[in-house]
Amino acid sequence: MPKLTIDGREIEVEAGTTILQAAEHLGIEIPRFCYHERLAIAGNCRMCLVEVEKMPKPVASCAMPVGEGMVVHTNNANVRKARQGVMEFLLINHPLDCPICDQGGECDLQDQAMTYGGDRGRYQEEKRSVEDKDYGPLIQTWMTRCIHCTRCIRFITEVAGTPVLGGLGRSEHMEVGRYVGSAVSSELSGNLIDLCPVGALTNKPAAYTYRAWELKKTESVDVMDALGSAIRVDARGNEVIRVLPRVNDDINEEWISDRSRFACDGLKRQRLDRCFVRKEGRLVPASWGEAFAAIADNVKGMAGTKIAAIAGDQADCETLFAVKELMAALGSPNLDCRQDGTRLDASVRASYLFNSTIAGIEDADALLIVGSNPRIEAPVLNARLRKRWLKGGFKAAVIGPKADLHFKHEWLGDNASVLADLAAGKHPFLEVLKGADRPAIIVGQGALAREDGAVLLGLARQVAEAAGCVKTGWNGFNVLHTAAARVGGLDLGFVPQAGGRDVAGILAGAQSGEIAAVFLVGADEIDMKGLGNAFVVYLGSHGDAGAHRADVVLPGAAYTEKNATYVNTEGRVQRTRLAAFPPGEAKEDWRVIRALSDALGKPLAFDTPKQLRERMAGAHPVFAAEGVVKPAAWGTFGASGNVAAAPLASTIDNFYQTDPISRASKTMAECTAAFGAGCGCNGKKTGTHG
Amino acid sequence: MLRDQDRIFTNLYGLHDWGLKGAQARGDWDGTKAILERGRDAIVEEVKNSGLRGRGGAGFSTGMKWSFMPKTEGARPHYLVVNADEGEPGTCKDREIMRFDPHKLVEGCLIAGFAVGAHAGYIYIRGEFYREAEHLQAAIDQAYAAGLIGANACGSGWAFDLYVHRGMGAYICGEESALIESLEGKKGQPRLKPPFPAGVGLYGCPTTVNNVESIAVVPTIMRRGASWFAGFGRPKNSGTKLFCISGHVNKPCNVEEEMSIPLKELIEKHAGGVRGGWNNLLGVIPGGCSVPVLPKETCDDVLMDFDALRDVRSGLGTAAVIVMDKSTDIVRAITRLSRFYKHESCGQCTPCREGTGWMWRLMERIDAGNARIDEIDLLEQVTRQVEGHTICALADAAAWPIQGLIRHFRPLMEAKIQARSQSAA
Repeated sequence: MPKLTIDGREIEVEAGTTILQAAEHLGIEIPRFCYHERLAIAGNCRMCLVEVEKMPKPVASCAMPVGEGMVVHTNNANVRKARQGVMEFLLINHPLDCPICDQGGECDLQDQAMTYGGDRGRYQEEKRSVEDKDYGPLIQTWMTRCIHCTRCIRFITEVAGTPVLGGLGRSEHMEVGRYVGSAVSSELSGNLIDLCPVGALTNKPAAYTYRAWELKKTESVDVMDALGSAIRVDARGNEVIRVLPRVNDDINEEWISDRSRFACDGLKRQRLDRCFVRKEGRLVPASWGEAFAAIADNVKGMAGTKIAAIAGDQADCETLFAVKELMAALGSPNLDCRQDGTRLDASVRASYLFNSTIAGIEDADALLIVGSNPRIEAPVLNARLRKRWLKGGFKAAVIGPKADLHFKHEWLGDNASVLADLAAGKHPFLEVLKGADRPAIIVGQGALAREDGAVLLGLARQVAEAAGCVKTGWNGFNVLHTAAARVGGLDLGFVPQAGGRDVAGILAGAQSGEIAAVFLVGADEIDMKGLGNAFVVYLGSHGDAGAHRADVVLPGAAYTEKNATYVNTEGRVQRTRLAAFPPGEAKEDWRVIRALSDALGKPLAFDTPKQLRERMAGAHPVFAAEGVVKPAAWGTFGASGNVAAAPLASTIDNFYQTDPISRASKTMAECTAAFGAGCGCNGKKTGTHG
Repeated sequence: MLRDQDRIFTNLYGLHDWGLKGAQARGDWDGTKAILERGRDAIVEEVKNSGLRGRGGAGFSTGMKWSFMPKTEGARPHYLVVNADEGEPGTCKDREIMRFDPHKLVEGCLIAGFAVGAHAGYIYIRGEFYREAEHLQAAIDQAYAAGLIGANACGSGWAFDLYVHRGMGAYICGEESALIESLEGKKGQPRLKPPFPAGVGLYGCPTTVNNVESIAVVPTIMRRGASWFAGFGRPKNSGTKLFCISGHVNKPCNVEEEMSIPLKELIEKHAGGVRGGWNNLLGVIPGGCSVPVLPKETCDDVLMDFDALRDVRSGLGTAAVIVMDKSTDIVRAITRLSRFYKHESCGQCTPCREGTGWMWRLMERIDAGNARIDEIDLLEQVTRQVEGHTICALADAAAWPIQGLIRHFRPLMEAKIQARSQSAA
């Protein structure tokens, strides 16, 4: 390991470390613009120049690997002069519009100009101006502000895998832009805004609505997909202005998908802010007391078997637990959290988790994807798979929808019988998996949410076992969920109890009259017509399909408005944090259930979040530890039987609108209009989408 | 003066047949097999001993550069890339080689390719050199047909393929790593070094990039011996060299001469002297427009080689001698060069992208007299801020001519400013 001296302090670092990284180990900050630790090194901003003894010229510390015996100066007169020079060059053609720039207050150029810049400008010539580009509904461009760091080019090329940006022209006329003039269509495009060190790329939906220092920042967890990406919710007063990613190397590194980032305007629209009770066919506003009375009138004394509950995709664990307790108190075995009808088995935890973990998938060297298009179901995971592929030595194949996944893979067809062939050892890709040290399988909801889902789950298990996906220290059997609530629901056993009905059974029962009352806990993606004449109570945040059908509507809180527990697709227990209060009379969902239990004469045994969580963790020990993934024990799961002929498709037909929040979002509707159902998504727009 | 029998480029003026037959009559392709049979190390050693320094401008030892290539071919193939993107204003030597003596280059490619373990060579030729590319391609075709290159080059058992790639006319693509990027089909922008091309070059493989002239002299060095070549010029500046003399001389020309020839002798002997006599000389840019101009006093006795010119704070560069007599508006001339660099900067590094435009605008104002005297100092400071702070040397090349101008001709700049302020008054 080379030893070097930086500013008189000795340090020994691994070979291949750059001077800049070595300096960071010592806590010495070297200014930079183009360097970003998750992107390739460009070395073009020249802000990080340092002096290395015996080298004729100052060197770019971001790109220069350390050498034995190097003596580096990061803050002597020469270096300060070089930085000041670079800073001056950056500023000569940068507009002085900081007062109206959305980046103001969180701008790298502004900050570093304060620290490293001169106190006056010497440039008296004309300044350059650059025509703005149209990057679509998400990214506002101010190209005159661009300092040509090329971070955006590198991100969109390397991480997102959609090389649509590049440098055009040369010298001072160089511009960053699209090769053809259309919007930047990537599911991860919003990250360009974070990466841009200046105000050249800013948040278009939130343009001119905030100043960075006015925002209250709350660290939370995303629920727009099942990854549970780390986010920061920025709110002003009680209004969520924007959502940004936080660094979490286990899940999202520092990226989030466009839906996670931009659907937040949906939190302000279509909100349920008071109770409603259906009278003479119309929903009329009501007080909490009236709403509870209406529910009690219908449900009190009803036989438990006639009552059912269906949970939606963004329901938090506290609420699910409370509903489950209430249903037990009412004597109902009919509850289900799998509103899309996936044939997941709650009894073996390993059968519904992303067992390799999201970060762990980077260790895989062969991968089979079944019934999933990760690019639209979990774009951040897809970027991770691409990263793995870029490292080399990674063979991937897909049985399912044909899509451009941005990493090389073999498409084995969309017929589920291919999976049966693999399980029977009749397909050559099984040998590839067998030959790999760490083979992995990703089973998507497209394979599970069908009649033969349990059979396909069983076949996937057989393939995993035959290929050696499950062994000591490695479990490559992965289920990729699309719903943030799903793993939590399964962990809580929010599935039909002994003799109970699943979603299909509940709907059939409602049609025939055997089910007379249904509680929808944020469930909007079922066929509402299937509820027949049942008495429907909807608890949720948005006036979506469920609220329209309901007989009593109870207003709940969205994910930014509560401290709530979610379990991501890996089985990692995480908490959202309250960033704004629920609107109007809306309350945290579990509190509503707790109050309702009183109205129904079956009071639940907890009054505070602490009591609830203690009880929840007591009944389900996985909830005791936050933020960790415990390996789940392998077991036998899945069914045997025939495979249906229907092709495997992704369950998501529009990346931008998958849930009540994103369906209420104007931005997401604009994206749907601009990009169709989503890049790489072959679904069509339907009448309910935007 | 170089004797005729010591000239390497015996068809520099195109008086003879440039094709294979003519080339063979001049001694090319003679005993190439035997040269290859001496082995890789012997060739590298011979070129090292000859003292050949790269003819593209930087003057790095060619043999040394070859020795940086991995000794044995690993999983990645080796490549030879020939830089024929001759774009330096004032320079027109490689053009003549490719036009009139292409077989020297082709044979040199084979020997150099063999010496660096490359089975493929790419000649990146400037797009504007249309006829030259035709001649070169024809020479390659002739060499293939005669079995001189190809699967079994010259019967040596070494497979060597040679390709011509035409550039699109960007000056920066003459920088070796930008050339590699361009050859790969990307935007021509210099790469960060390290890693150097010998480790990670074309398509990520070990690559040697050499100038046309450096490659074309190798066969003759191999035939006549390192000591013959090293016998010309001063130590560490050995060999013969093509000089391109242009500007205010009576007979502008390309000429092959011994290194370390006095500048005055070069101009008077071969170019018919300065227009109006030596005393009418204002200054000389001795090595293509990237190096600082020399005033007459220096030109009187300076030697034309790498070290002598470095000692007078200029450089040999490509040995393109641009002569300016006293009728020259040298401020205007350097302003024009500034505009060239402003136009040709790749736009990657901040100091060059922003600095070349700033320098040019200041130069324009000074040239028009529309500036203050202290802005000459500002200009000087800007050139220092640009110089040495970028990935490649284009920024240095943009800064040096201005520094040379200020160093030697500052009174002329001030005169322009004063003239304007006086006429305004």
